[in-house]
Amino acid sequence: MTAIEANDTAFSAARGTSAQSARKPGRFWRTGAIAAVLWVGSAAVIEFWPEIIPAPYGRELAILSVLVAALLVLVLTTGSLLGKTAVWIRYYGPWFAVAAVGLGIWEVVTAKLAVLPVPFFSSPQGILEVYIDDWARLSESVLHSVLLLAKGYFFGAVVGFTTGVTIGWSRAAGYWVHPILRLIGPLPATAWLPLSFFIFPSSGSASVFLIALATAFPVTILTWSGIASVNRDYYDIARTLGASRWFLIFKVAIPAALPHVFVGLFMGLGTSFAVLVVAEMLGVKAGLGWYLQWAQGWAAYANMYAALIVMALMCSSLITILFRIRDRVLSWQKGLVRW
Amino acid sequence: MVAVAKSDFQTPSHRTGVQVNISAVSHQFELEGAPLPVLDQVSFSVEPGQFVALLGPSGCGKSTLLRLLAGLDHPTSGSLRVDGEEIGDPGPSRILVFQDPTLFPWRTVWDNVALGLEAQGIIKTSGGRVDAVLRLVGLDGFAKAHPHQLSGGMAQRVALARALVNDPRLLLLDEPLGKLDSLTRLTMQAELVALWQKAQMTAILVTHDVEEALFLTQRVLVFGPRPARIVADIPVDLPYPRHRGDPKLGELRRVALQHLGLAANW
Repeated sequence: MTAIEANDTAFSAARGTSAQSARKPGRFWRTGAIAAVLWVGSAAVIEFWPEIIPAPYGRELAILSVLVAALLVLVLTTGSLLGKTAVWIRYYGPWFAVAAVGLGIWEVVTAKLAVLPVPFFSSPQGILEVYIDDWARLSESVLHSVLLLAKGYFFGAVVGFTTGVTIGWSRAAGYWVHPILRLIGPLPATAWLPLSFFIFPSSGSASVFLIALATAFPVTILTWSGIASVNRDYYDIARTLGASRWFLIFKVAIPAALPHVFVGLFMGLGTSFAVLVVAEMLGVKAGLGWYLQWAQGWAAYANMYAALIVMALMCSSLITILFRIRDRVLSWQKGLVRW
Repeated sequence: MVAVAKSDFQTPSHRTGVQVNISAVSHQFELEGAPLPVLDQVSFSVEPGQFVALLGPSGCGKSTLLRLLAGLDHPTSGSLRVDGEEIGDPGPSRILVFQDPTLFPWRTVWDNVALGLEAQGIIKTSGGRVDAVLRLVGLDGFAKAHPHQLSGGMAQRVALARALVNDPRLLLLDEPLGKLDSLTRLTMQAELVALWQKAQMTAILVTHDVEEALFLTQRVLVFGPRPARIVADIPVDLPYPRHRGDPKLGELRRVALQHLGLAANW
């Protein structure tokens, strides 16, 4: 019992870092107050300081800043009214303050003083303008990118996992696959671009193939090393308990290798982003990569920045989703490993 | 023995342990190209239901003998028979319990114990035995815990439960208490005797602890240094439950140490 309790406290302590740094409800949240004032300040700068480079939506940006300040005040006064969101906002309080200052400086050096030259740099309201006026095309691009990535990543992960398990388990499979992996694996997937556009019937399927290729390599290697590093005693135990070959693979080797597999899945996701953008720039006429290309071609740099921000958010959300899946699948690791 | 057999842990009345016959077994490993003999012409028999200890210095080849009995390895020469049949592949009637509990960390205690029934495809019909055997080792409250949440003694109890749930007819114990602290060890020695009596199986315990061998078993086979051969066969003809202070145990201890070449220390 004591062992269980000790462990429970250990991991709630590890998980509770965010809760600790958030102030207790009831105590005045000074960081929040400062951040709110700063957001009101940047709103005032945007609204009242006359612009050198006139742009629409300055007023809307100022209103947004005031809304952020209002949200901070709400959290400040009500404490835990918003539940988990409030905890999150309190945890990132210092970031809110810094972001307000950053926005103010950005506004001043672009729209107000024009220190940064116009076509290459955009003011904050310039980017807001893209989101307000071009949201339809942007969201369609995001949709295309996510669909393409999902297809390629899915096939790549499945193929990589299957290959990894096979070569980790079977000596004969390893004999034939290792040299191929060693030769082809280190090549960047984009090097296959011309060939795959020739072989595959459409640029869409070629792009799926390239993304799958980029994903499969790290997943294969990590799955294989995971299977290879399974404690031999697990097999002995299972065999004396009457386990068949299939039981040894599916109930012993694969579960034991899963932590490695997830490392491979994370690495594969990272490489697949890079290939996605290249594939969309060169082949498919849709998606964020294509949008970036298009924006550059028209020197619409505000659109490019806006798309880059969306892309960053998309990638980090996908990584977060994979983290959530891992947390669920490998929940047994919580007491063993510091995440 | 008859009284305890009527427990909730089902013991078919017709079942007893198996007879084990080991004759002229030799075994060697390849070590950097050179053969390393570990067992040299080992022969002995174990009667059905008997509890035997294999006592000897570390690394003398006792554990290798257990692996041969489990069917995990096959001897270079000689024969190992269980109830007259040559030992082939590993199977759930002969189960090995290791020094490390080696539980599967991704499975709960219940799922770890259920491993054998699952592997044999009988978990749906005999899942109730998991609960019974967890009660037997005193861990029924921990069915949903994960291995990392258990203490060393609890983990080793789970490993024992994982073996016992299959109703083995030969239990092979490879220093199962070797890594436990001394207090837990004493408690679990008594528990081991009780479990063996309840399950009425043949049990072979490998240990390098003279007191443990004498306190637990009916017969102690003393092995010499590698390559192992039997140097003494000491019957421990004392009724259970035994008492650690029993002067007869002290006398047997002296005899055993003498065979191990440690008489001067006594």
